[in-house]
Amino acid sequence: MTTVAEPPAPVEDVQDAAAPSVGSLERMLRRPSSTTGFWSWFTTIDHKKIGILYAATAMVFALVGGIEALLIRLQLFSPDGGVLTAGQYNSMFTMHGTTMVFLFAMPMATAFGNYLIPLMIGARDVAFPRLNMFGYWAFLLGGLFLTSSFLLGGAPDGGWFGYTPLTSTPLAEGFLPGRGTDFWVTGLALLGIGTVSSSLNFIVTILNMRAPGMTLMRMPVFVWMMLVTAFLAVFAMPIVTGALIQVFLDRNFSANFFVVGNGGDPLLYQHLFWLFGHPEVYILILPGMGIVSEVLPVFSRKPLFGYAVVVFSGIAIGFMGWGVWAHHMFATGIGPVALSAFALSTMFIAVPTGVKIFNWLGTMVGGALRMTTAMWFSVGFIAMFTIGGLSGVLHAVVPADTQQTDTYFIIAHFHYVLFGGMTFAFIAGWYYWFPKVFGRMMNETLGKWNFWTMLVGFNLTFFPMHILGLQGQPRRTYQYADGLGWTFLNRMSTVGAFLITLSMLIFLVNAIMSWRNGPKATNDPWDARTLEWSTSSPPPVYNFLEVPDVHSRDDYWHRKYTEDDEGRMVALPRGGSNGGGRRGVG
Amino acid sequence: MALDRAALEPPHEQAHTSTGVSNTKLAIWVFLSTECLFFGAFISTYLLYRGTETDGPTPADVYDIPFTSVTSFILLMSSLTMVLALAAIERGDLRRVRVWLLATGAFGLLFLSGQIFEFTEFVSEGVSISTNSPSSSFFVLTGIHGLHVAIGIIWLMILFFFALQNRLSHEHSETIEVAGLYWHFVDIVWIVIFVVVYLIPQ
Repeated sequence: MTTVAEPPAPVEDVQDAAAPSVGSLERMLRRPSSTTGFWSWFTTIDHKKIGILYAATAMVFALVGGIEALLIRLQLFSPDGGVLTAGQYNSMFTMHGTTMVFLFAMPMATAFGNYLIPLMIGARDVAFPRLNMFGYWAFLLGGLFLTSSFLLGGAPDGGWFGYTPLTSTPLAEGFLPGRGTDFWVTGLALLGIGTVSSSLNFIVTILNMRAPGMTLMRMPVFVWMMLVTAFLAVFAMPIVTGALIQVFLDRNFSANFFVVGNGGDPLLYQHLFWLFGHPEVYILILPGMGIVSEVLPVFSRKPLFGYAVVVFSGIAIGFMGWGVWAHHMFATGIGPVALSAFALSTMFIAVPTGVKIFNWLGTMVGGALRMTTAMWFSVGFIAMFTIGGLSGVLHAVVPADTQQTDTYFIIAHFHYVLFGGMTFAFIAGWYYWFPKVFGRMMNETLGKWNFWTMLVGFNLTFFPMHILGLQGQPRRTYQYADGLGWTFLNRMSTVGAFLITLSMLIFLVNAIMSWRNGPKATNDPWDARTLEWSTSSPPPVYNFLEVPDVHSRDDYWHRKYTEDDEGRMVALPRGGSNGGGRRGVG
Repeated sequence: MALDRAALEPPHEQAHTSTGVSNTKLAIWVFLSTECLFFGAFISTYLLYRGTETDGPTPADVYDIPFTSVTSFILLMSSLTMVLALAAIERGDLRRVRVWLLATGAFGLLFLSGQIFEFTEFVSEGVSISTNSPSSSFFVLTGIHGLHVAIGIIWLMILFFFALQNRLSHEHSETIEVAGLYWHFVDIVWIVIFVVVYLIPQ
């Protein structure tokens, strides 16, 4: 067992040792060499630094998206609200959705994947470090490009799914005057390039770079979920890129993809978009499911209940996710056969999702629970995600869905999945892996405050939207009249949004204070199960001094504990023959 | 201590991978599978629009199938020369690598010239990207394929210049193989497009 006291080999030495021979091999492109300080963040190809870059950038964009959300809620605080004009409101909800999905959620998942996948499978880096770097900078460029639209020619205002013919009508005849939609189309295409490169990298890394003995069915569930996510991303992004190209050509080069008078069919865009868009939903939630599948076993001191079932239901979601897209289009008149088929497939996809929920509960049953902040957020994830999942199944019922389409019920549903689900899981992941990444513990008291304000604020914001939706309040409408009975619930919702803001501020304060002054973390502060905890905190550039030799699932746990004759758990002596890092030598 | 040279080698240069397939080759296969979906979007669009009743001529009214068959044949022959280039690098015969890479690029260029000629003919006969939905989907589908051919030619020419400078040897056969996989893929996609666009009657 290596301890904190043992210094990892100095970073500079490692690079210097490698530099001369690398230089002679690579005449054309000199490898970037800064390893410390400010410039190292621009030249780095280390998966851990790139992971931190992804996370930091995603947090900045989350603040932007959060401010947009607050402006929306302020506008809706009172009937006939006057905070924003109708046009500004359109830009706000478009950019809120686009920012949160493409500039916060996906990059944050990529951040976790980047940092953790090589550590969890016992690799020294991802398969293509420079492609990894390229993916990050493509994401940053796309994000800045998209956000710069506020200053240069007007922000996108056609909704985050940019339906045709609204978005595709030529600029001159424009339903949407201004360059906003062009910014949106081009920005998403750029982001798609970044997503495909990072996902390609993940796939090759996970399939090819595993340590000896790390078979597929010994991989941590998080790695499995990232593998499924990466496959979904590389297959989904090209489809939407195709649709975006068609919109761009229609707008700017008078093509006729979606012009009804010349033989076009605007519904084609919806099919292409949701053929990407529904797998996208799973691209967003599967990493979160992976994160809680790591956190729950550690704080229950039990292995994950039904590992194989969790993995296979994740894979099943990955496959079935391709067959449900038209439930986003039930109100478009796609015909009774399509309605029935997609209703059935949508009901079916709830099954593997439900299975996972029981697996997480099963993991906690009978466990020695430690209610850390990471654990609280994971439990919160299960509860909130279940509510979001249940309201989701309602959408499989066509007559109900027709009533709910384009109302606040839909907004309530997907925020329960993406905020109560995905974002809760991300925060759980932050609290859980923060000691590994920064070598310091986060403050648990502030953490509890963070959790409870978040839980209350989240439900205060989004639960009333279920009722508002059933009462008929439409989405994407910048004002509502007084006397419809919507005022009180909208006010609750706005108050909740500010409580969420408070909670996020607590989180940021906690993160920054802990990063600077938090108590030093040991290598394995949570008594965890997976390989990343067997190396130092933070890990050295090369991750592992010796590439680990894996003998079982939760290998690191079995290096620490064994069973006695009566099946009781016994700690192995630290530094013993079975101790960390030295196992399997000889 | 295991801090020797081998341990510091960038991971993708290690010979052994978990699956036995090299990282580069696995990556190009996954990349080509994403390309299937990309072309799939445009092929479906074309299939949806090809029979639509519209004003104005559609591509089907102005095809010159014999001409396009010849350029398609030329593109298919470039796959043969690509295979010969790979065989040559595996033998370490750098002279023939140069010949076959250049031939592959030249065939690709011929195909592209044919496509540009076809496009200008179509436009002069009144079928452009903005005529109607079938014409939009035709120009964008074949145009995006042409773009892929162009990228392939640039790739092959980079390899050709490496070969000219004697920077390729039989150890680099995978470099040629990966470029070849891309090139063959682009050819196969053309077979699908040719069948869908030109051969299946409306």
